[in-house]
Amino acid sequence: MPRMSRHPAVPLAWAILVAGLTMARGDEPVPPLAIRGGVVHTMAGPAIADGVVLIEDGKIKAVASAAEVAIPPGTRVLQAAVVTPGLVDAHTVVGLTGWINQPQDQDQLDPTEPVQPELRAIDSYNPRERLVEWLRGFGVTTLHTGHAPGALVSGQTMIVKTTGDSVEAAVIRPTAMVAVTLGDDARPGGPDAEKKSPGTRSKAVAMLRGELVKAGEYVRRRAAGGDEQPDRDLRRDVFADVLARRLPLLVTVNRATDIDAALRIAAEFKIRIVIDSGAEAYLCLDRLKSTGVPVILHPSMRRAGMGETENISFETAAKLRAAGIPFALQSGFEGYVPKTRVALFEAAIAAANGLTTEQALAAITSDAATILGIADRVGAIKPGLDGDVALFDGDPFEYTTHCTGVVIDGRVVSGDAR
Amino acid sequence: MPVCDARCRLRIVIAACLAATTLIAPAGVTGGQDHPVAFVGGRVLPITGPAIERGTVVVAGGKIVAVGSAATTAVPPDAERIDATGKVIMPGLVDTHSHVGGGWGGDASSPIQPDVRILDSINVRDAGFRKCRAGGLTTLNIMPGSGHLLSGQTIYAKLRKADTIDDVLYRDADGRILGGMKMANGTNSQKEPPFPGTRSKSAALVRQKFLKAIDYRRKLEAAGDDAAKRPDRDLEMEGLLDVLDGRTIVHHHAHRADDLLTVVRLREEFGFKVVLHHASEAWKVAGALAKAQTPCSVIVVDAPGGKIEAMDMSLATGAILEQAGVPCAFHTDDPVTDSRLFLRTAALAVRAGMSRDKALEALTLAGAKMLELDRRIGSLEPGKDADLILLSGDPLALRTKVLQTWVEGRKVFDREDPDDRLFAVGGYGASRDQTAHACCTDNRMAETR
Repeated sequence: MPRMSRHPAVPLAWAILVAGLTMARGDEPVPPLAIRGGVVHTMAGPAIADGVVLIEDGKIKAVASAAEVAIPPGTRVLQAAVVTPGLVDAHTVVGLTGWINQPQDQDQLDPTEPVQPELRAIDSYNPRERLVEWLRGFGVTTLHTGHAPGALVSGQTMIVKTTGDSVEAAVIRPTAMVAVTLGDDARPGGPDAEKKSPGTRSKAVAMLRGELVKAGEYVRRRAAGGDEQPDRDLRRDVFADVLARRLPLLVTVNRATDIDAALRIAAEFKIRIVIDSGAEAYLCLDRLKSTGVPVILHPSMRRAGMGETENISFETAAKLRAAGIPFALQSGFEGYVPKTRVALFEAAIAAANGLTTEQALAAITSDAATILGIADRVGAIKPGLDGDVALFDGDPFEYTTHCTGVVIDGRVVSGDAR
Repeated sequence: MPVCDARCRLRIVIAACLAATTLIAPAGVTGGQDHPVAFVGGRVLPITGPAIERGTVVVAGGKIVAVGSAATTAVPPDAERIDATGKVIMPGLVDTHSHVGGGWGGDASSPIQPDVRILDSINVRDAGFRKCRAGGLTTLNIMPGSGHLLSGQTIYAKLRKADTIDDVLYRDADGRILGGMKMANGTNSQKEPPFPGTRSKSAALVRQKFLKAIDYRRKLEAAGDDAAKRPDRDLEMEGLLDVLDGRTIVHHHAHRADDLLTVVRLREEFGFKVVLHHASEAWKVAGALAKAQTPCSVIVVDAPGGKIEAMDMSLATGAILEQAGVPCAFHTDDPVTDSRLFLRTAALAVRAGMSRDKALEALTLAGAKMLELDRRIGSLEPGKDADLILLSGDPLALRTKVLQTWVEGRKVFDREDPDDRLFAVGGYGASRDQTAHACCTDNRMAETR
């Protein structure tokens, strides 16, 4: 492992290294693969009836109606009633949290300090986690995963494929966002919780603003150089990337009050943010629309009646869509049973509550990829993108339909009907 | 359309008389409707028989009086007619395991508390009840949590519109309140003394307590009518005797295969009636459970794990129990599954191989049997309570909506009513009166945060 630095050039170096490892993983060439579907939802145009997806060298080579695509002789052909891009779970903690739910597999939150943006997701991710395999079996090929809500700044998130034996083999973006929580969930727990900060909403916002101000001063003094410049500081380095708009804050908020607070901070520091969860986002449609801030909406089936999410609605996705606000769906964080939700199932409930099938699919494919900044890799079936495809024996969202196959980078990684 | 003939009217009168005399009607609640209602032209799923494609269901006096083909089933002339063309009618759903209502059972003082009644702590105005009605649920077994070996007495709740807990109670002909007894083994009930630290200790504590109740019963019987010799009344012992004498069913939380079989072993020793709840690993011992004819109330969740005992839970449990011949019902364990998504539970079981018929039965009649309420609810048959739901389509289809929910011939949910709709889809105010009680999950959630 190389020593990781937060110097802006280093993510690039890391990406090159990862690319090298990815190629190393693929020492054995990926044989070409064709997938023929009764309906192919490309998410890059209208659905194609009786379509063929051709994958070569792990990348989409062609997609069109069967009449228009010549499948090279000897190519393995998979069949399915419905074909979609590999699904993108726009926010989860799986891989940092494990299914056992014991201390040894719960690395999504270090509660010892309220502000720890220096915690990297890549240092905790377990690619062999059973829940990763579970999600993959339901067509999920890409995860935006990392540190959980529950501390003011809990750490970094990253983007991985649901395959690979190491984080290096799985990762697409080693650092995607910085996980921030405002509202009740930002309050520390444990013994003497009432003596710890942040103890109120206003305190949480003040602390976050303070960190961003200090990071700005850090950047200024480092740039000035000389003997007076401050020592390297992992925490300030991350916030410096936020101030430079290299990294967005993923701000987990539910009450409208807190959504507005997040937008206020974004405007003050001119930083990029993504609203996460957003139970009351339907009360903030005009502000979200005017700022262009995207929403990674809570799981459709997230429980109500637990404090800040008590006003949650099955119809928020449809309202965001109608308002023209970019949004994606997620599996979220679960502390008990079930230990994770499944993006496919959450999008299904949105499809049953006001979204069309294509709109709900977009929330776990193309729109999710766009919000995550990876639309050049995944989220649609079009030439040049990764060969990530999910196969279904019917309407992907229907309860009794099965996911019959999953392909990642042109390799069949799941063939069990699930 | 045919009108109600003499036989039809006679059925209505008989049903109304039954409702007024022998069955239910807790104090202060009439239980019955004021005029007959006929649901005409819908696809009727009686559960006890094949689907009726264009069927009619007539309800009067809070009871079902006729179920049959629309062409041959008479509608009383004074009946309110509800056009169900293109829609589906099935019995109200029976949830064998719910925590709705914010109730608490036993406290931290001891692991076995058979004197404690959940009914003394339930808020019938809890928004959760409205969400249950929006999900098509008409009967719940409301349980205390699983953090005790025995956490208290459950109630079987009829989801009438209610002002007091009395309004939702089921009672028998003698006026006795109907409910079960909640027990649990495995890790949830293990903690610092006086709670058990191991599985064997758990079983030993339960056995000792039941032996004490047997002694209590012996003293009662020995005293006969001699008031001087009678032991003092003891609420704990009375609760356990209800179990030992078969008046109260044990609803037993258990996940692991060996824990399930421990319950069977205790049942064989003491002879109580029991339903196994959650039953995450029942699929591993389906043969043994079939041989023991132990009914299972199963939860279906979207992913395994979350606790060690649930790591091997399977979407296919329903299918495997069906094949083995083990009676199987489903439950929400609300808040684990939102009650508005109860139909989805059965659909996921079908996805994993259960038959449609058995899955629908597991939402209705199978659960009714596990509460011993199947003479009154669980299917659309003349003489049963007029608890039914009107659906926009197939009950196992994603986009199907519960349009109306009826309890004893009265509409208790209508999706077209904006106030009801709020509770069906959520939104601002949709959790009014709902508490943040999360049953057995609070500690676990706190620990993992």
